[in-house]
Amino acid sequence: MKQFSLRMPVRYLINACLIIAFLIIGNIITQGELLSRAQNNIIIQVGFFIILAVSLNLSAGYLGQLPLGHAGFMAVGAYTGAIFWRMGVLPDGASVVVGLILAGLAAAVFGIIIGIPALRLKGDYLAIITLGFGEMIRVLINNLPSITGGAQGLAQIPRHSTFLVVYICMVVCCLVIHFIMKSRHGRAILSIRDNEIATESCGVNTTYYKVMAFVVSAFFAGIAGALYAGFLGILVPSDFDFMMSINILMIVVLGGMGSMLGSIVGAIVLTSMPLLMVDLARYRMIVYALLLIIVMIFKPSGLMGTYDFSLSAIIEKIGRRFSSGKVEKEKAQKGGDGNA
Amino acid sequence: MLILDQLINALQLGSIYALVALGYSMVYGIIKLLNFAHGDVIMVGGYIAIFSLAAGHHPALAFFLIVFGCTLLAVVMEKLAYTPLRTAPRISVLITAIGISILLQNLAQFFFEARPLPLHIPLPTGSINIAGTTLAYTMIITIMASVLSMLALNFVVSRTRLGKAMRAVSEDGEAAQLMGINVNNVVTFTFAVGAALAGIGAILYFVRFPVVTPTVGAMLGLKAFIAAVLGGIGSIPGAMFGGFAIGILEVLVTAAGFSRWTDGAVFLVLIIVLLVRPTGLMGRKIVEKV
Repeated sequence: MKQFSLRMPVRYLINACLIIAFLIIGNIITQGELLSRAQNNIIIQVGFFIILAVSLNLSAGYLGQLPLGHAGFMAVGAYTGAIFWRMGVLPDGASVVVGLILAGLAAAVFGIIIGIPALRLKGDYLAIITLGFGEMIRVLINNLPSITGGAQGLAQIPRHSTFLVVYICMVVCCLVIHFIMKSRHGRAILSIRDNEIATESCGVNTTYYKVMAFVVSAFFAGIAGALYAGFLGILVPSDFDFMMSINILMIVVLGGMGSMLGSIVGAIVLTSMPLLMVDLARYRMIVYALLLIIVMIFKPSGLMGTYDFSLSAIIEKIGRRFSSGKVEKEKAQKGGDGNA
Repeated sequence: MLILDQLINALQLGSIYALVALGYSMVYGIIKLLNFAHGDVIMVGGYIAIFSLAAGHHPALAFFLIVFGCTLLAVVMEKLAYTPLRTAPRISVLITAIGISILLQNLAQFFFEARPLPLHIPLPTGSINIAGTTLAYTMIITIMASVLSMLALNFVVSRTRLGKAMRAVSEDGEAAQLMGINVNNVVTFTFAVGAALAGIGAILYFVRFPVVTPTVGAMLGLKAFIAAVLGGIGSIPGAMFGGFAIGILEVLVTAAGFSRWTDGAVFLVLIIVLLVRPTGLMGRKIVEKV
């Protein structure tokens, strides 16, 4: 019996419809007078935190390492984008695109520089060395005032991060990481997480895939950083301290390491909650830290585990139930005939 | 005698780092856990000192309360958060440790606000002159106290039953358990000893930098951890050596006029050590098993 399943073009069509639907809904909400300015800002912030979480999930969840320097890559991207935008060499539209790509590339270059040596190490050591690199980047930014504005920061950055820009970047980030994970590269990355030695003995170049995951992760962190710069309009090095890395890590861990849906839901909940409930903001970090400890003790895979949402899969499931119901009826009738 | 002054200065700073680094190194040696919250134990020690001294306790009692408070905190931490994770993957334990560190920092921020509180540790002031060098009493006391603590630790680890058990567990936890060693108790004891050393380190640290903030332990902890890695994590003499080395490095960089780069220099040392010799200068090589 042939199982009910959707063909790939149909699946892509469903996803494309979803993406466009969200875009239109989002645009209507943010363009109209429906929401206050503060609420609009929350939506944009959620957007770049989704990029940060999904990109960290690639190296933390799928690759199974624990990098603690994500804020460093974000800082590289933020400053690259901000400096480029402040120069204003290109007309606005082109400037946004080129600035974002430059920010991503700069962060990716740092990703290669940091990744190749750091990924020779494992576990705790990798965590510490990435933390060290992240802090180094901050020290560098702090001590190069002629380029980065030093501790005073960089002001008057053109505010390019509209809903549309953030949304497109978010979709591109999620799609690219999704496609990587569905390809043979993704399977190599997952198998490194599950057993690195076995992977290596199967002939997979583990170093290459580790660095690749790390660099893609850094690239999108850089883009998110540029969006952050274009959203705030002002950058100070202390924005990108260890706590920022931890904030992103919390989103990934609580959402579920290795689940893109987990990262997205985690980013939405953890970013919007404190902004919506200002009265409770004082308790925010205490609650998050407690949650982190409790989740690690009772459900170390995170709230979503490795579950990933797929509308096509749900439609298929419904379709299968429907068709298998019919088959069973037929079987029952046949069985009845046989007995008679 | 500028060089001698700087050297004494470096020894004072280094002995503080060494005391804190010992806690990291011992815990890592026993259960392969990077105790991120170790630095924050020092912050808690600082707040205990403020309250104890404000309540008019005798300094000796205050010192006892600091060390006792730090030890108690570490034991509670170990029992509540780390014991349930004894068999969990290393990454979960590491994340838990980060969670505890953030929890302590934010609880402190919640109760005492983020504003820095001054803390004056009552130690004899004044100085003596030796061969043209002025030595403040506090410097001498710091160096003496840390050397004595390290000697005591060395005695405990190498000469007592519990020390023997500690060495056995760090060699091979399962085999130690089969030999009738209560591994849980040994781990708790290790946490307690590490935290007691951190408590002494806290007193000495606040003598030198008399301000307490909720995040005061974070940077100190990080640098002490780097010292432990430099010396070879899991090795007790390595931690002492690493602490002094980091202290000397910081003082040198500051003396050379690059005071804004001290943090950067320490991180650079970490990166170089991890790349060139990840097991540290005195660490044992870890063989990877399938």
